Amino acid sequence: MSRPEFVAPPEIYYGDTEAKKYTQNTRNQQIQADMTYRALELLNLPPDEPAFLLDIGCGSGLSGEILDEEGYLWAGVDVAPSMLEVALEREVEGDLFLQDIGQGFGFRPGSFDGAISISVLQWLLNAETSHPTSSPPHRLTRFFTTLHSALKNPSRAIFQFYPTSDDQIQLITSIAQKAGFGGGIVVDYPNSKKARKVFLCLFVGQQKQQKLPEGLDGEEEEQEAKVRFERRREREKTRSKGKRKSVKDRDWILKKKELYRKRGKDSVPNDSKYTGRKRKTYF
Amino acid sequence: MVRLITHNLLACHVKGCNANNFPLEFRNVELEIREAEFNPDFVKGFLPKIEWKALVDTARQLGDTSLPEEQPEMLDDDFLKNLHHVLLEIHVEEGAMVCPNCKHEYPIASGIPNMLLAEHEIA
Ligand SMILES: C[S@@+](CC[C@H](N)C(=O)[O-])C[C@H]1O[C@@H](n2cnc3c(N)ncnc32)[C@H](O)[C@@H]1O
Ligand SMILES: [Zn+2]
Repeated sequence: MSRPEFVAPPEIYYGDTEAKKYTQNTRNQQIQADMTYRALELLNLPPDEPAFLLDIGCGSGLSGEILDEEGYLWAGVDVAPSMLEVALEREVEGDLFLQDIGQGFGFRPGSFDGAISISVLQWLLNAETSHPTSSPPHRLTRFFTTLHSALKNPSRAIFQFYPTSDDQIQLITSIAQKAGFGGGIVVDYPNSKKARKVFLCLFVGQQKQQKLPEGLDGEEEEQEAKVRFERRREREKTRSKGKRKSVKDRDWILKKKELYRKRGKDSVPNDSKYTGRKRKTYF
Repeated sequence: MVRLITHNLLACHVKGCNANNFPLEFRNVELEIREAEFNPDFVKGFLPKIEWKALVDTARQLGDTSLPEEQPEMLDDDFLKNLHHVLLEIHVEEGAMVCPNCKHEYPIASGIPNMLLAEHEIA
């Protein structure tokens, strides 16, 4: 099967049909959710401070929904209108922008406390036209330079992505470095064909933990158990520290839905016993 | 779903447009007010990021006069609630944002601003 980024430009590939298919596929939801939680772990935000995050290539909001549940406020950018439309239908709470990240950002310096990007960066490695502004190095340079300035000092940006070669990794990290970022590549489960995941961890400024985090390791079977365990440990940690205040409870969501209904929004899902529950991505 | 929280962070990114390119001016807007959960810690934490004058002017343009000209020293609950409302509850659903410098227009449809640039506008 050919990789999506070889098939067509993103805004074409993720048309109406694919955007729905992509978002509704439960296996895909689970994979994207797992990687989002791992990216949040690697982002290593101070536990008790509310944060304003950027979701780069936010798509239909699979990660955004997790950011909502975890109590983060966020903005998301994506170049595929159909994906953003699905995000609107799913009522994610972040502000959405139709934007080609290869054209760079206009966000003021220090706008965001951190950024995540799940399964997006490989799209920047393909030239879309022969115009010089669209060569991958140009696009990556604009992207990383304007992202670096949009992030607060200190902070991090975490990208899970699918490189096809070490040369690509080399290209990306060297351009990110020139843009002012520290950090590097973290590989989870490097020896598993299925579970192997590549994360680019970029640092702005001096970190409390300057060392790159360790990649997860282990046999494939144990692995998943370990990810889950780590996540549970994380959750328990935050819980005992007095959890993030703005995590939405059931009452809040019901109230919000009621509000949408009053406004005559017709696509509000009916309340179900699942309303306000964490989506099951673990256990 | 552009809210003033992100509008206040956004400057024009057209090639060569580096001065006087903030804040983008709203045109022909349709607004929607949607309640959002009040988190005083978030609002307080966000204060240092705000360009105050741009926020107050833009809020007034959109019909909200609840914020004082000068950022107050005392952050009482009333103030934080007003700020919360301005940052997070006013949604611009339709219209456009126009750069005060180069006049580039970023159209807004269904709450989503179109930030795409033409080839010659890319830095
Ligand atoms: C595999 S999807 C991932 C979406 C979302 N991050 C998730 O985890 O579900 C890849 C996304 O990257 C977006 N994308 C690709 N190239 C982009 C670009 N140049 N600018 C902005 N978004 C881009 C696509 O439109 C698509 O929504
Ligand atoms: Zn401009």
